Amino acid sequence: MDFTLNDEQMMFAETARTLFSDSCTPDHWRKMMEQGVVRDDARWASIVETGLTLVLLPEDAGGIGLSETDFALIAQEAGYVALPEPLVESAGVAMPMLAALAPGHDLLGDPAATIAIAHPLNPFVANADSAAAILLEKDGEAYLATPDQVTLTAQPSIDPFRRLFKVEWSPENAAPLGKADWDLALDRACVFNAAMGLGLAQRAVDMAVDYAKERQQFGKPIGSYQAVKHHLASAQVAIEFAKPVVAAAAAEIGARDVQARARVSHAKLIALEAADKAARASIQVHGAMGYSWEVDVHLFLKRTLALTQAWGTPAYHRARIAARIFTQPMGPDQTFAREAQNA
Amino acid sequence: MDLTYTPEQQAFRAEVRAWLEAHVPGEPLEHFDATREGFEAHRAWEKTLKSGDWGMVTWPKEYGGRGLDLIQWLIFEEEYYRAGAPGRVNQNGIFLLGPTLIEFGTHEQKQRFLPKMASGEEIWAQAWSEPMAGSDLAGVRSTCVLEGDEYVLNGHKIWSSRAVFADWAFGLFRTPGTERHKGLSLIFFPLDAPGVTVNPIKKINGHVGFAEIFLENVRVPAFNRLGDEGQGWHICMATAGFERGLMLRSPARYQVAARKLAELWEAHKESADPSLEADVVRAHMNADAYALNIYQTASRLIAGAKIGPEASTNKIFWSELDIHLTQTALSILGPTAELTHEAPDACPVDWIDDYIFALAGPIYAGSNEIQRNIIAERMLGLPR
Repeated sequence: MDFTLNDEQMMFAETARTLFSDSCTPDHWRKMMEQGVVRDDARWASIVETGLTLVLLPEDAGGIGLSETDFALIAQEAGYVALPEPLVESAGVAMPMLAALAPGHDLLGDPAATIAIAHPLNPFVANADSAAAILLEKDGEAYLATPDQVTLTAQPSIDPFRRLFKVEWSPENAAPLGKADWDLALDRACVFNAAMGLGLAQRAVDMAVDYAKERQQFGKPIGSYQAVKHHLASAQVAIEFAKPVVAAAAAEIGARDVQARARVSHAKLIALEAADKAARASIQVHGAMGYSWEVDVHLFLKRTLALTQAWGTPAYHRARIAARIFTQPMGPDQTFAREAQNA
Repeated sequence: MDLTYTPEQQAFRAEVRAWLEAHVPGEPLEHFDATREGFEAHRAWEKTLKSGDWGMVTWPKEYGGRGLDLIQWLIFEEEYYRAGAPGRVNQNGIFLLGPTLIEFGTHEQKQRFLPKMASGEEIWAQAWSEPMAGSDLAGVRSTCVLEGDEYVLNGHKIWSSRAVFADWAFGLFRTPGTERHKGLSLIFFPLDAPGVTVNPIKKINGHVGFAEIFLENVRVPAFNRLGDEGQGWHICMATAGFERGLMLRSPARYQVAARKLAELWEAHKESADPSLEADVVRAHMNADAYALNIYQTASRLIAGAKIGPEASTNKIFWSELDIHLTQTALSILGPTAELTHEAPDACPVDWIDDYIFALAGPIYAGSNEIQRNIIAERMLGLPR
């Protein structure tokens, strides 16, 4: 039993943090919003160059074959900067699925390519227009199509960096890839979006802390008042108790049993709840400034809002946790129990 | 990262389980705060535990422990709660003062106090709060004056858990003429020493779980001071770190409660409000998150880290989850929720008593408002 990260994992997360904090500042978002773009080619090139897109790909598909734990740390850093590019869905979910179905596929070797994924749980596909290809589902089978082989109907999202589309397609215009593991795709998307949620949450708290130290009212920084302190402390508590759940969910994802699925769902629920709590506390602490377009907190609120309902609604995930509670032994010796040991 | 138990850890669990199955009393003991008999029955249980060398598994062997690590402690606690073993009447000693003694005590002090603490021979109360020093603990006014090799203690302590029946207490005392955090010392005194008067205070559940203590020229050897004179605040904060951070509330306690809540839901779901299932799920999630957080903290401490201000998040989390969990049970029970355990139709699990007990959680060991201040100031860096 060892619930700590190793030095390599911490270093990799540090690399991602540095890359994102240099290349994905509020100024960068602002410029992208003005230009109406959701992808910064220079930033994506440095993400690829650093190897962040290769983390989950097996070595025989040209990747570096690390684990979900490693990728979750990167996703958390991506959340901290509300990264516009679809790193999680492409490199964390779609690319590994394609690699499992077609390890020699050309797209896996194309550094500039992102892949979008149309998971049956999601009615809309994020960033489908800028993707090199879209993974599609029919009767459990996966198909691959380019954006011009399908009909995309834009469905603008409240999150300016999530460009959503309804995708209409027919199997005649797509390449069949065979039976795919859509459940694994879901679990990965949930864990990585949960990790993003941790980053979103911490950034929202940090922004509010910075503001509350500077902003003076009644002759003192507002951060010295308990009413303000307690909002942010409560958000931090939520973050601290989401972190170990996300870490355990990432570490156990490969077990593929009812306990592992419940923990993945738990992670998705509470990390995004923490992000929601943090974003709303942050807006409140910023006061009227927090409600303005000019202050950046709303981007974190909007990303949180989007991810909360995507990849399975809260009710869907609660049902998966209920399945664990009502079909498996409960109690203090069951924290790390596996379905196979109980059978 | 490896979230599986080693074969040694599994064998340890089996050993604990077998011992507890053979020794845990079949009938629950009367509560240790209810009567002297209940208290003494729990002291006898502590002695039984010690006879199996289970008094305090993490302490060094020379001081009455087993020298085990925190993961083994968690396994022990899991099995302890799983077996429904009696509450630890000496928790002020073994979970709060004990770890502090190990960190700050001299060899002689450890030899004198720890083995008797581990065996239940001496049961401890805490004596921190005073009428004018609650959340503002640095406002302590009780005094200690060194005369030769003895301290003379005077003052008035209150809300002292276990003090009605316990043998010893530890508390903060001020060197006269000092102010606030400076000049406080942590001193132990026997509750039957001349000059000590203990007045029980009834809790809202009717038990005499705490007391006020009057000290009038109580003489104790200087040996009973932990750390240097004036170092009491520093030591006290370390104690509070253990209390809030790790040991006061085992995750296992809430995992058992979440299991019982799930069983209650299954028995009542045909008649209860269907929306309550979400709360049953939430209770499990909270207990699970708390357990994972403590496993992560234990792993970090084993790897050499120290408990910091993040310990304050734990106390907020477990106290709030406890209220949510027990309140959910009451909602499921509906009109029978108000029945006490004496009522013929009462639920066999005393949820109403658990709920009343849970309400103390956000108050003691530093109120949750104080914990939120600590988080805001020391974790987030907001101004005082």
